[in-house]
Amino acid sequence: MSEKERPSKAERMKMPRQPMPEQDPGERARNFKEVPYGYSPETAMLEASRCLECKKPTCMEGCPVGIDIPSFVNLVAEGDFRGAVRKIKETNMLPAICGRVCPQETQCEAKCLLGKKSDPLAIGRLERFCADWERASGQVELPDIKPATGKKVAVVGAGPAGLTVAIDCARAGHHVEIFEALHKPGGVLSYGIPEFRLPKAIVGAEVKNAENMGVQIHYNYVIGKTDTLDELLEDFDAVFLGTGAGLPLFLHIPGENFIGVFSANEYLTRSNLMKAYDFPNYDTPIPRGGCVAVVGGGNVAMDSARTALRLGAEKVMLVYRRSRNEMPARAEEVHHAEEEGVDFHLLTNPKRVIGNEKGWVTGLECIKMELGEPDASGRRRPIPIQGSEFEMAVNTVVIAIGNSPNPLVPQTTPDLKVSKWGNILADEATGRTSKRGVFAGGDIVTGAATVILAMGAGRNAAASINEYLETGEW
Amino acid sequence: MHEIVKASKIGPDVFHFEVIAPKIARKRKAGQFVVLRINETGERIPLTIAGADPGQGTITLVFQVVGKTTAALSALKEGDSIQDIAGPLGKPTHIDNFGTTICVGGGIGIAPLYPIAQALKNAGNRVLTVLGARTKDLFIMEEQMRRVSHEVRICTDDGSYGTKGLVTNVLDEWIKELDNKVDFVMAIGPPIMMKFVAKTTLPYGIKTLVSLNSIMVDGTGMCGCCRVSVGGETKFVCVDGPEFDAHKVDFELLMQRLQAYKEQENQAMEIWRSNHEIPA
Ligand SMILES: Cc1cc2nc3c(=O)[nH]c(=O)nc-3n(C[C@H](O)[C@H](O)[C@H](O)COP(=O)(O)OP(=O)(O)OC[C@H]3O[C@@H](n4cnc5c(N)ncnc54)[C@H](O)[C@@H]3O)c2cc1C
Ligand SMILES: Cc1cc2nc3c(=O)[nH]c(=O)nc-3n(C[C@H](O)[C@H](O)[C@H](O)COP(=O)(O)OP(=O)(O)OC[C@H]3O[C@@H](n4cnc5c(N)ncnc54)[C@H](O)[C@@H]3O)c2cc1C
Ligand code: SF4
Ligand code: SF4
Ligand code: FES
Repeated sequence: MSEKERPSKAERMKMPRQPMPEQDPGERARNFKEVPYGYSPETAMLEASRCLECKKPTCMEGCPVGIDIPSFVNLVAEGDFRGAVRKIKETNMLPAICGRVCPQETQCEAKCLLGKKSDPLAIGRLERFCADWERASGQVELPDIKPATGKKVAVVGAGPAGLTVAIDCARAGHHVEIFEALHKPGGVLSYGIPEFRLPKAIVGAEVKNAENMGVQIHYNYVIGKTDTLDELLEDFDAVFLGTGAGLPLFLHIPGENFIGVFSANEYLTRSNLMKAYDFPNYDTPIPRGGCVAVVGGGNVAMDSARTALRLGAEKVMLVYRRSRNEMPARAEEVHHAEEEGVDFHLLTNPKRVIGNEKGWVTGLECIKMELGEPDASGRRRPIPIQGSEFEMAVNTVVIAIGNSPNPLVPQTTPDLKVSKWGNILADEATGRTSKRGVFAGGDIVTGAATVILAMGAGRNAAASINEYLETGEW
Repeated sequence: MHEIVKASKIGPDVFHFEVIAPKIARKRKAGQFVVLRINETGERIPLTIAGADPGQGTITLVFQVVGKTTAALSALKEGDSIQDIAGPLGKPTHIDNFGTTICVGGGIGIAPLYPIAQALKNAGNRVLTVLGARTKDLFIMEEQMRRVSHEVRICTDDGSYGTKGLVTNVLDEWIKELDNKVDFVMAIGPPIMMKFVAKTTLPYGIKTLVSLNSIMVDGTGMCGCCRVSVGGETKFVCVDGPEFDAHKVDFELLMQRLQAYKEQENQAMEIWRSNHEIPA
């Protein structure tokens, strides 16, 4: 569409937000294929043409990496998809991923002016469309790489933070090696977020791009064990720590060690990373069927609940101690989970896991909650209603109440400063830690957050690594 | 990829592999383990590093076939490769000159016990060793254990070799013989054996460590699959262990949790057996 054919601003305000076609809920709740199909080129152009091309694009303030949203959207509206991808990639190297997993409703789309009068522009869907279009075109463009500097950067962890640093440092001409504890790259993108929400082929393709830029990845390499941070510093000029928040939290209620009680990390790792959903073609087992209770209200809980359905559970109950409004999960995931038949038990808190004499879970005792005064987080504090205990009959309980920082690196690096919760202390703007030449970012610094914030932190850290390697100043 | 440079069968269903893993060979300390995955569809399983040759860049793995993964591993030959090996994982054994130590090994547990006994001896301890198995043919690594021990006593359930009886009987007698002048006991074997070793040494108040073999996935503290209860607290075997104070471990829970996947494990093994064989 050329500029002239674009609808007037008044007309744009009236155009409906284009829905994204997706698998039927009844069908998809039993398979691991991706839920939405994505926009067609025509729908993408139509949706993009709704953008008001604001003089002050507030949408950009909502994007932690500051993508030039109106520019890329207008290129989409004009049908210049190649140009749109280039524009996005100026600031975000992993658009296929962000378009799928960013909580747009609280970020870019929350700030979109269109949202004031009608529905915000579907920025995430358009971003996803561009990235998918480029991958399908078979011609993925790599950014220009500066001449080799001879400097070496080590990146610990191949999650979104680490991958972003690797790409940005490689662009600057440095030699980059990633050290990853697991046998696959991607961090949470691979072991946590399920295939039906983020196909692993997409993560693989994004990682391949990094490798094509010369980034080397060492798998099964656990820093703190295979090598310590100090040993890495002997070989590398700078080190970035992007080790994530991988330590699962439990509720510390009685019965939590019965067979059938999982951390969400274990449940999702078995299913995603180890492909237990395809047992016995893959060797790793996971319980199937039965009744499953998932405790929590974030993305991790939604992913666990929806995975349980796909593993053949008869019933999946989500147990969350606050109300629907306080759920930290992406709106789309909550909506999808509900559509697929996850049974929400809101304002409910587990008290005790019940098991039989052989140690297997048979039930979950819960108590009803009501909302009291707001707490430190600004959310109303849930308070138990005395005497409201009840029991759910379940065979599997998945605890998805969050993760704390992975302690392996700090434990073996005495001079690396951490907070009392174990987060590595790093300057927000530069990622610099208390140790010369060592930078950190992502969930290991902030605690469990989002993909795009981890990438934003990676971007900042890479800029300051590049500066440090140039000036040598700390 | 990690090439298997030496593969041999050292007992019924017990195999001894030397595998290329130079970094791990240099780093590993007694008591540590690796997590391996044979191929793309494989499961991640932990195996103790039973020895290493940093010069050759190899590590030694000794394993018993108990299910699909160990069976598939046993069918690999010299020259074949294992896709992934991560390590060395877990905390190394705390080695010191304790004085008189008794090492108790049962069945396949003798393999992980060997590097610890060796380290204890090198640290100047008097190393006394009790080895047990159900029957004579099931003994592994006896010669090696003799080399790193000052004295070895052997028992079998059926009396076909050494004294007839359980390791705990031999252990109890030995402690009495030494007038309770035993400073440290290290026991590795089936959970039930470790449980009774703990019971045996408790009244004497001898510091006793056991190495736990819970089911694992990542081996880096990320999943919590390997959790056990020690002194009423939940611990992760892969990062807090694998060794714990025997007198504080809840062995019942450990044994229960090891049963978690019996059904699927049997199914996987049946499928494997239907078109493979464990090497003779
Ligand atoms: C189930 C689930 C669903 C989620 N859904 C969303 C979503 O929809 N949208 C969203 O924005 N965010 C979501 N998140 C959060 C998001 O995934 C994380 O905030 C993000 O992945 C953090 O990136 P990171 O690079 O800091 O760490 P991670 O992704 O955790 O990566 C860390 C990497 O470091 C490796 N590592 C750790 N320790 C070591 C070591 N010692 N040596 C070597 N390697 C090491 C790990 O194996 C891992 O690969 C979700 C999280 C989970 C668990
Ligand atoms: C720290 C540690 C060190 C070990 N060292 C040795 C060793 O040196 N030699 C040796 O023979 N064995 C060792 N084991 C036990 C070994 O890991 C299991 O025998 C193996 O995983 C069984 O896998 P499978 O597929 O062959 O059998 P499966 O049929 O899967 O299981 C048989 C039994 O093995 C246990 N098991 C199953 N899956 C796992 C898993 N992923 N992790 C741990 N245990 C599992 C369960 O008790 C199960 O009932 C060790 C275990 C741990 C935790
Ligand atoms: S990266 Fe995330 S926040 Fe930024 S524009 Fe894309 S979807 Fe929105
Ligand atoms: S705020 Fe919304 S309408 Fe305005 S430029 Fe951004 S995306 Fe377009
Ligand atoms: S094996 Fe996953 S935490 Fe120990």
